[in-house]
Amino acid sequence: MNVSRFTVALLLVLWAAPLVCFANGTEGSVTITVGSKSFTESVILGDMLAHLARQAGIEVSHQRQLGGTHVLWNALLSGEIDAYPEYTGTLMQETLARDNLLTEAQLTQALATRGLRMTRPLGFNNSYAIGMQEALADQLKLRTISDLHHHPELVLGFGNEFMDRADGWPGLQQRYQLPHRNVRGLDHDLAYRGIESGKLHVTDLYVTDAEIDYYNLRALEDDLNYFPVYEAVILYRADLEQRAPAVAALFKRLAGRIDAPVMRELNARVKLQGDAESAVAASFLEENLKLDIELQTPTAWQRFWRHTREHLLLVGISLGAAILVAIPLGILAARRQGIGQIVLAIAGIVQTIPSLALFVFLIPLLGIGGPPAVVALFLYSLLPIIRNTHAGLRDIAPAIAESAMALGLPSHARLRIVELPLATRAILAGIKTSAVINVGTATLAALIGAGGYGQPILTGIRLDDIGLILQGAIPAAVLALLVQGAFELIERKLLPRDLRSSGETQNKCL
Amino acid sequence: MLVLSQVSKRYEDTLALAPTDLQVPAGETLVLIGPSGCGKSTLLRLIVGLSQPNSGTITLEGTALTPANLLQMRQRMGYVIQEGGLFPHLSVRDNVTVMARYLRRDADWIDRRLAELAQLVRLPLELMSRFPAELSGGQRQRVSLMRALMLDPELLLLDEPLGALDPMIRYELQRELKSIFAQLAKTVIMVTHDIAEAAFFGHTLVLMRDGRIVQTGPFKTLARTPAEPFVERFINAQREPMEQFTKVFG
Repeated sequence: MNVSRFTVALLLVLWAAPLVCFANGTEGSVTITVGSKSFTESVILGDMLAHLARQAGIEVSHQRQLGGTHVLWNALLSGEIDAYPEYTGTLMQETLARDNLLTEAQLTQALATRGLRMTRPLGFNNSYAIGMQEALADQLKLRTISDLHHHPELVLGFGNEFMDRADGWPGLQQRYQLPHRNVRGLDHDLAYRGIESGKLHVTDLYVTDAEIDYYNLRALEDDLNYFPVYEAVILYRADLEQRAPAVAALFKRLAGRIDAPVMRELNARVKLQGDAESAVAASFLEENLKLDIELQTPTAWQRFWRHTREHLLLVGISLGAAILVAIPLGILAARRQGIGQIVLAIAGIVQTIPSLALFVFLIPLLGIGGPPAVVALFLYSLLPIIRNTHAGLRDIAPAIAESAMALGLPSHARLRIVELPLATRAILAGIKTSAVINVGTATLAALIGAGGYGQPILTGIRLDDIGLILQGAIPAAVLALLVQGAFELIERKLLPRDLRSSGETQNKCL
Repeated sequence: MLVLSQVSKRYEDTLALAPTDLQVPAGETLVLIGPSGCGKSTLLRLIVGLSQPNSGTITLEGTALTPANLLQMRQRMGYVIQEGGLFPHLSVRDNVTVMARYLRRDADWIDRRLAELAQLVRLPLELMSRFPAELSGGQRQRVSLMRALMLDPELLLLDEPLGALDPMIRYELQRELKSIFAQLAKTVIMVTHDIAEAAFFGHTLVLMRDGRIVQTGPFKTLARTPAEPFVERFINAQREPMEQFTKVFG
């Protein structure tokens, strides 16, 4: 087996993949990328930024619901995105907490040293609030956060980001000395459903959340003034002013235009009335900035094809590379006992890393989007193929392996003529397992901006839209079956008729 | 002439073969016999290089067997094992010609040789496109023999070639094999645990026990002048049941 050829092929695949598939077209005309966090308000604001850039004649892509503050901040610093909506409180209390910033001027200064700028506040303060059902609050006579003190039996559920942030639950608990022990972290949007069903009693709210009215929630008064002011701003890279001055100018026009009731209304139109974020963003801009937005809404089919294309690319590249790497590793493992144990152990450990964690680990190394997703999926696909190649080769009857030796066939010829063909069924079974895992795990890639069928699933979770979730889940399941079927066809082609019917009797009479 | 001098083999704590000398003149059929685990198969595996001796040298026609020349030397030997060791994913034709094709022998030569060998082992040419699982046990051993003979080796090694066959087929194949050996005039080393089979095939019998050669010679010598009581016991153990049976019913 020509190892160097495999290596070259793999390198080509890994190099070419990001360039060919995920390039944002950096050459020639200026293009920019905007990002948004994984909640509706951020996506609407992100869509506004995209519309504005397009208005200035700049090609723009919007990395929707890319993740939490940390992911977006790093993506902005590294230049993978050029702008995203942020909140001053988040920057001062969390992201730049070490700088001990107290005023907006200091914040501007701190951003400037990092090559970033922000617009003036957009006009609403989307502070955190602590909320619960109005009826329950009445019943327990809860009005302020301090009142929670007397009810340690309440179940608290907070958005994952709030759970971990310095300005979130840890600080809140300390300030108010809250005694609650039953506190869990979950997706912000799922928390509302928990509140509605009564499984959760208390959660964190964003002041502009449309759900506050919808679910009839009461925001408890922050009587100890714990939460800072979270003025919404647009954060962008300073170099945007040179690269696309018209875009930066348009971003600045948003300042002071969106007050809290307006933002809550925009959120409600998406979350409660089911309008598309980009349509809501466009109509706001048309009414308030007197811009004529040309709305490009892709049809359901166009979206489906885009997700299919993205998903197939993720799966195809990562699985292809995994096959090219894992089969030689499996062969090595089968031939060299010592190295084999090490290879299998390492691949096994990789498999135990939770997939979401692996995606996030890779962001600092490879940024956001396709490349880290492909690498993570590649790593996940290795073990089943390595293990099955190893097992398939080790399971060859000694009589057959030795007969090949006794003929005088050298090692590589034995592998090619005898051993690999006999292990084909096992190797293909490993590839099929990998393919199914890969197709399923690839739906998580949407969390780091790689798109695919995970995108509608993610949006569906955010909007509590089962139909949208199924738009991602069903094609992903069908794709998994199709990929498996394809490898079954390959198996038929590759295996001679004798090996297909494994139960063939071995004891016919003369 | 195959010469083994002071060849020994040890697997961890067990001595599989004590330092052993053995000479097999060209054209002779030598049979290794003895109870299970006596070292007879080990001896054969050392000759074909499937395991490496801990000491001693093996020379075939003056050339010593070394790890470096192992692949070339194996082409001068044919090796047949009990279950045939045929490659289940290859047709009979491909099983027999695999090494010749690897060596890029002329295609016409390969075809001629295949037909010649099929005739020798009395297999119809139609069978050549079948797969091993579609053959009977006896047919499989014939194919295995064809494969061993394909490159016309000087030395033919057979490890219990008939051991897995039922008695009728075994009887038939014994006769055929013997006539094939006679036609080929090759040096043959065969392993068996069946004394009658050994007596039937062998110019010389080598009786082994616990990794040592106990006695070497024609069957008559072993039967008439056993070197030690074990030789007599071994021969009688397989002969007596039949003799008592004939006494009672004869």
